[in-house]
Amino acid sequence: MEKEINCKLKIENLNVFYAQEQALKNINMEIDCRKITALIGPSGCGKSTFLRSLNRMNDEIREARVKGRVILDDEDIYENGYNVVELRKKVGMVFQQPNPFPKSIYDNVAYGPRIHGIKEKNRLDDIVKESLKAAALWEEVNDRLNQSALDLSGGQQQRLCIARAIAVKPNVILLDEPASALDPQATAKIEDLLTELKENYTIIIVTHNMQQAARISDSTAFFWLGNLVEYGPTEEIFERPKNQRTEDYITGRFG
Amino acid sequence: MHNWKQRLGFWTLRASAFLVLAVLAFLLSDIILQGREVISWEFLSSPPRQGMTAGGIFPAIVGTFYLSLITALVSVPLGVLGGIYLSEYAKQGKLTRLIRMSIRNLAGVPSIVFGMFGVAIFVNFFNLGLSLLSAGLSLGIMTLPVTITASEEALKSVPDSYRQGSLALGATRWQMIKTCILPPAVPGILTGSILGLARAAGETAPILFTGAAFLYPNLPDSPFSQFMALPYHLYILATQHHDISRVRPIAYGTALVLILVVLILNISAIILREKLSRRYRR
Ligand SMILES: Nc1ncnc2c1ncn2[C@@H]1O[C@H](COP(=O)(O)OP(=O)(O)OP(=O)(O)O)[C@@H](O)[C@H]1O
Ligand SMILES: [Mg+2]
Repeated sequence: MEKEINCKLKIENLNVFYAQEQALKNINMEIDCRKITALIGPSGCGKSTFLRSLNRMNDEIREARVKGRVILDDEDIYENGYNVVELRKKVGMVFQQPNPFPKSIYDNVAYGPRIHGIKEKNRLDDIVKESLKAAALWEEVNDRLNQSALDLSGGQQQRLCIARAIAVKPNVILLDEPASALDPQATAKIEDLLTELKENYTIIIVTHNMQQAARISDSTAFFWLGNLVEYGPTEEIFERPKNQRTEDYITGRFG
Repeated sequence: MHNWKQRLGFWTLRASAFLVLAVLAFLLSDIILQGREVISWEFLSSPPRQGMTAGGIFPAIVGTFYLSLITALVSVPLGVLGGIYLSEYAKQGKLTRLIRMSIRNLAGVPSIVFGMFGVAIFVNFFNLGLSLLSAGLSLGIMTLPVTITASEEALKSVPDSYRQGSLALGATRWQMIKTCILPPAVPGILTGSILGLARAAGETAPILFTGAAFLYPNLPDSPFSQFMALPYHLYILATQHHDISRVRPIAYGTALVLILVVLILNISAIILREKLSRRYRR
């Protein structure tokens, strides 16, 4: 039950700038626990920027500046002295391009737990197995855990990256177009996987694929030129959009 | 239309390449042919005798070995740390550019300058005297620009996606470097460092005033001993000896051994790189 409190995200007056340019304009949003929230919008509208501001990966971009509050677990993650390492343990991220480390499959999944101090072989074994199962990859790789992760196919690599994120036991998982480099079959696998994962995690996913957003998400947020234009239950957004721009976008009239 | 121009250009390039190769081949064959005569187990394993007109070069081989060891111990760790700083920590601003430029320039400073620096700092200021340590430190400082640059380049060539992946899992910057960035960079760092060491092994100027001995038939027994070294020995045999023509064959033998040492170092750098990089392909 403790998770209930932990995984709710509240974004208040969030503004992000790259040097002079403003990439996000006064975003206010509440993201539900154990739901899938899809972020859609034309290229360059700030979806990735928004995602990165939720685990403070924007800190790594030199010219990026963030103003506003992101409340997780009753704390503002942008507060001075907030522990970014702890934040990233709670808010995991999967990138657009699968980026497994040049290590074995096992070492990839065990990476997070290890840097957070888990050393016992038995515990690591359990976590690796659990996470790979959760990411629907265990069946395919359990006989070759010590082989290089770079030998896996693109879809397997992406599921490995999901397993790697899960192994840290986050509350929230951010995914930035995780299926854009994959074929339809691998994409379907990832979608099934996300639907299963939402039992335990809050999932926020960026996607350019309208069908995908409609299929898997509970809520959808439409971004346009750095503004959050419309946000609500996925059904409403897709069937009765309130804003003309949203309607144009999801019906493919502009993109 | 401009075909003949192209052909002319092509042949000019080809001719100059051949010219370079020819000079190199002439040099090498001269040394190999003349040096081959004197190289024997005896030559490699005994000290010079009878005013260097007989005997071998064993102390010089051992001296060069110890010297390279100290050089490596000084310049590889410092170089890696410097490379890590420049690639992973430094803000990419004016100051960093200045530091980087100074390092590149330092690589072009004549080696005799590092010799003088060694005399001033290690021999006199730190009072290490004429010793293996002073000479090794001088060579180590001289090699530093090479190892720093090699490390920085190797670290920079590690894809950013590894950095992001690691940080997003909650790694601290240092954990990220240690576990994700350094390992794939090791082949590049080692290759660059060994090439730097190979150059250092052949240098005379930095050891000239810092501890190399004209004749020191005993092997160095501590880092504070004086020592013989191959390049300095060659310099003596070729220019300083009282009977240069008589020691000429030994000079050739020494030159051949020195070339072989450098060659072995370079080849091992290549093999190491191939072997290690196969582990981190892509
Ligand atoms: N590192 C950066 N430096 C400067 N500007 C950036 C940087 N990253 C993004 N931007 C700018 O911020 C805006 C939003 O970019 P962002 O990557 O968040 O868009 P996106 O919605 O994810 O687009 P896409 O769908 O193409 O991935 C764009 O105008 C982009 O040019
Ligand atoms: Mg994006």
